[in-house]
Amino acid sequence: MATHTMAQALNEALRYCMKDNDRVIVMGEDVGRAGGVFRITDRLQQEFGEQRVIDTPLAESGIVGTAIGLAIYGFRPVCEMQFDGFTYPAFEQITSHLAKYRSRTMSKIQLPVVIRIPYGGGIGAVEHHSESIEAYFTHTAGLRIVTPSTPSDAFTLLVQSIECPDPVIFLEPKRRYWIKEDFDLPVASPLPFGKARVVREGTDCTIVSYGPSMRTVEDAAREAANDDVSCEVIDLRTLVPFDYETVMESVKKTGRAVVVTEAPLTGSFAGEVAARIQEEAFLSLQAPVLRVGGYDIPYPPAKVEDMYLPDLDRVLDVVDAVLNY
Amino acid sequence: MKGLVDPATVSTEMAQVLRPDGTIVPDHGLDLDLKEDDHKELYRVMILTRLVDRESTNLQRQGELGVYTPSLGQEASQIGVGYNLQPQDWVFPSYRELGIAMLRKINPADILHLFRGTWHGGLYDYRAVRFAPYSVPIATQTLHAVGFATGAKFDGENLVALTCFGDGGTSEGDFHEAMNFAGVWKAPVVFLCQNNGYAISVPLAKQTAAPTLHVRALGYGMPGYRVDGNDVLACYAIGKLAFAHARSGKGPTFIEAMTYRRGPHSTADDPTRYRSDEELKEWEARDPVARYEVYLESEGILTEAFKQQCADEGKQAASALRASIVGAGPLEPTLMFDHVYDEMPPTLARERAKFVRDREGE
Repeated sequence: MATHTMAQALNEALRYCMKDNDRVIVMGEDVGRAGGVFRITDRLQQEFGEQRVIDTPLAESGIVGTAIGLAIYGFRPVCEMQFDGFTYPAFEQITSHLAKYRSRTMSKIQLPVVIRIPYGGGIGAVEHHSESIEAYFTHTAGLRIVTPSTPSDAFTLLVQSIECPDPVIFLEPKRRYWIKEDFDLPVASPLPFGKARVVREGTDCTIVSYGPSMRTVEDAAREAANDDVSCEVIDLRTLVPFDYETVMESVKKTGRAVVVTEAPLTGSFAGEVAARIQEEAFLSLQAPVLRVGGYDIPYPPAKVEDMYLPDLDRVLDVVDAVLNY
Repeated sequence: MKGLVDPATVSTEMAQVLRPDGTIVPDHGLDLDLKEDDHKELYRVMILTRLVDRESTNLQRQGELGVYTPSLGQEASQIGVGYNLQPQDWVFPSYRELGIAMLRKINPADILHLFRGTWHGGLYDYRAVRFAPYSVPIATQTLHAVGFATGAKFDGENLVALTCFGDGGTSEGDFHEAMNFAGVWKAPVVFLCQNNGYAISVPLAKQTAAPTLHVRALGYGMPGYRVDGNDVLACYAIGKLAFAHARSGKGPTFIEAMTYRRGPHSTADDPTRYRSDEELKEWEARDPVARYEVYLESEGILTEAFKQQCADEGKQAASALRASIVGAGPLEPTLMFDHVYDEMPPTLARERAKFVRDREGE
């Protein structure tokens, strides 16, 4: 069995799809000769040529806008936004066209475009390189929002995203790019697209999270187990579609729920999860649904980001709070 | 001086074949390969466009459309340049492109359902007529044209994408990104800017300090033309150069067609707030249809019988449009749920089910 980092798994997923379908093309800033600033597109241009791995001019709206045109023509573009904070110039193309073209044309034109975005903090970066941008897109109908937390899921979800007829915002938790996992490619019996994963079974409290926060949540669940607190941990994997059935089933069993994200909490997807739990599992709840998140501030400078990102203690404190409510 | 690019040295002259009085500019230097049938077809589509456009405005005034964006005065720019389209070509329009839609033989009612509020993209088969849905966010469609044309180029398909926008559109970032990407990729795109003088109320002088818009082409490494946008023959001839450039693999071209929007920006706009009667009258005197009629009559191409035939066809098209639009009901409302995703997310499926239950309970 081979060891893969998440970065390598993503690279392999792109290679797998490009071999499988010659309409799949990769485009973005520095994705060609350099292989991307995180090397996710490493060696793809050498293998597939400059027409299938395109170093674009430095303009994010241009990348997404031309990808839309390429998709209308019949290609399946996989765009890279270099960093979360550089996605904003493409916001109009994403929300006004990418998300709405199918609806506008009554499904006569579909846009199988994937936009890969390294997102979130934790790598000691300068401003604009650590943003949690998921809620901007979960609020926009017509997009699928995907975020893996492990190397094998990164492979599975990226392949499924590229094969998906709908546009996908594929959020890569950049501080987890270098985590390792042993598995063979292609991933055997992957979970269906849109299905959440129960990462750890438990009976006392459900912790729901996704992407970059999953590791912290799993560590917290292990730590809690040492104190005889049994946490069930759910990795959402896709925010749209949201697999509420898996979440509700778990909460109805445990009676308690904590939602963890590193995004600022106001208007966050964690709020959406909490609201739905209270709408659908209210009578099963023995405590309010609580959230752990970043603060309602711009992402802070690197020297203090450890104090911003939810850590083991902050997660455990909130688990304690729902248990002792 | 070495190293200086001076905007003061840019020529603001424009290409012209037909003067406003319908006489030919001697030594206009443009290649006009139009046969008598071509002239008749250009004229026919201009009249058809004008009459359908007028009826569309009427329909809005009578409450049958929520809003409408008239093309009155811009027929020559659209139809002259657009006449170079071949069947395999694609159009990425803004929301004021009726002339080109008529060239593509689209049923105007199918587009006007957008303005009636029946369906956002209108109701036609975009791929069959190779005319993308009207794009409302300014200049965003220019990038789609560049991507589409680049895809065709990758496949070795001989295809040109024509994209249309106004003078205001050239201030948008997407326009510049589209011009830049097209230049770098040598994309077979024709950028048609209908410089109609105003972006709603704001005149061009407040939109740019550049001496012309066609000079912008230079900054993106492509040829730029400035043409009398009310002269259908010059628009055709310049369009021919641009389409030939694209088809021969040389890449994009930018065309600035100098025209005037004689109507309001949209029927929700009141142009008397920002422009004078005198100005409007000046442009009425440069009407694209009137001058072409003078020319065609002087050449013996336009007979009274053909004129009448075109007018009749336009009237019939207007009546047919009215018949299709007036009273057209809403579509089945569940359709608004059904086309958002290829596979409906479970949360949306539940909303739809509740919507259906609630309506049944009414």
